[in-house]
Amino acid sequence: MKVMVPVKRVVDYNVKVRVKSDGSGVDIANVKMSMNPFDEIAIEEAVRLKEKGVVTEVIAVSCGVSQCTETLRTAMAIGADRAILVETAEELQPLAVAKILKALMDKEQPGLVILGKQAIDDDCNQTGQMLAALCDRPQATFASKVEVADGKATVTREVDGGSETLSLALPAIITTDLRLTEPRYVTLPNIMKAKKKQLDTVSPADLGVDVSPRIKTLKVVEPAARSAGIKVADVATLVDKLRNDAKVI
Amino acid sequence: MTSLVVAEHDNAGIKPSTLNTITAAAQCGGDVHVLVAGHNAAAAAAAAAAIAGVAKVIHADSPAFAHGLAENVTAQVISMASAYSHILFPATAVGKNIAPRVAAKLDVAQVSDITKVDSPDTFERPIYAGNAIATVQSSDAIKVITVRTTGFDAAPASGGSAAVDVQSAQAASADVSFLGSEIAKNDRPELTAAKIIVSGGRALGSNEKFMEVMTPLADKLGAAMGASRAAVDAGYAPNDWQVGQTGKIVAPQLYVACGISGAIQHLAGMKDSKVIVAINKDAEAPIFSVADYGLEADLFVAVPDLVAAL
Repeated sequence: MKVMVPVKRVVDYNVKVRVKSDGSGVDIANVKMSMNPFDEIAIEEAVRLKEKGVVTEVIAVSCGVSQCTETLRTAMAIGADRAILVETAEELQPLAVAKILKALMDKEQPGLVILGKQAIDDDCNQTGQMLAALCDRPQATFASKVEVADGKATVTREVDGGSETLSLALPAIITTDLRLTEPRYVTLPNIMKAKKKQLDTVSPADLGVDVSPRIKTLKVVEPAARSAGIKVADVATLVDKLRNDAKVI
Repeated sequence: MTSLVVAEHDNAGIKPSTLNTITAAAQCGGDVHVLVAGHNAAAAAAAAAAIAGVAKVIHADSPAFAHGLAENVTAQVISMASAYSHILFPATAVGKNIAPRVAAKLDVAQVSDITKVDSPDTFERPIYAGNAIATVQSSDAIKVITVRTTGFDAAPASGGSAAVDVQSAQAASADVSFLGSEIAKNDRPELTAAKIIVSGGRALGSNEKFMEVMTPLADKLGAAMGASRAAVDAGYAPNDWQVGQTGKIVAPQLYVACGISGAIQHLAGMKDSKVIVAINKDAEAPIFSVADYGLEADLFVAVPDLVAAL
């Protein structure tokens, strides 16, 4: 069974982004880019399923500019077998990415697609669910445990207040939550091997997908700043302030 | 223009997150309808009908909805979607699971986690862990939206008297089944609706210490309990206590952060709290930059002292 894992190149999670003063967006020129942390977890989970013998091939996919090949090489260094870059300079929104992935699913026929639950740049949390809808397959989002056997995936998902477990008939779509698995460190030998693994490039047009955005960003601003607070010397002062100044207790 | 709010409920009643979502729906303009898709959910439907500002409740009942499976709820929403200009869900685990599936079935974009409605097609939403606020405009005929509940007041739970329309349920999907759940039962307020939250970080050092130190404070304040990602990753607190960019987004009247350094991703989840208190022995901890009241102290001394002083 093949597993497809989409990976997104995003601003590194350690970077504190700056909003451009003209309101047109966030300044990401010369900023460190990395694989979306949730997608790293997805690749790791797929590779572990392969190591367990449940999966025969892990295919990493990325959509966007040519630098996404770096992200795909990282995926292959973690253990993906080959990669596909869907190259475009167009702004890609979740619906467009889901359509691209559906077109690739039609070609590759994976038994499972594992995605990160959200990208830490746009924080949308949509692509996996949209892909499941487009291919009319079941979905298990925010997965914290995945088991695959006999044509089914048993997935424990994190929900508000705890967790729940679902059984899905394959092919199915899973999105990862933080605690599904811990990504391995990428070793130098694996980085070198990844350079030689197969990486194919296609365009959205090759796949017959219209990626025009549906949502227009009118402006981007900084959030309202909180006014500066004070340090209190001791617990007694804190209680006094909370009770009498802030009146929250 | 008419909005459909897909209610979050437990078949017996309506969850608070739905009330904030109804307020957002009303701001989109036009009437607000509420869909209650549940199993033996007549009580929830009646509760929805009592919410102020709701013009109509649609009640669809079936075992297929017993556990809110996305495949089944989506099928129901799609069967009625053409009547609506806006379809809104709370941005909770339930809403975030279903809304994008609905949007893609309708071949429209979805707008996630709106904090403000500027006009029927223009919304504000946080990006980059809330370090930037984007104003976005949707060009689709139906807007499918998830609503950040902390951005909108709750509609009053009573005062309404909507009609309840019973609708037949769409067939269940054969490809997914619910096997079980583990939901914590306690008397504490729900984290996302609590007025006061006490939250612990990795400094607490162990699950035993976390509970031993933080529980009395939560009890004294009638608070919900939260945690930083580091504390949850280390196993000191359950996963669903995590407050942050990819965990729960909260905005209580009072947020008390104990032993939490204040990483960007944690701040993303709590910086809209009305009053923030930080207790940390590291004077340089970033949390102090958002705290209204900062106490530089060892939490193992300060928190018990605080419990005694309250």
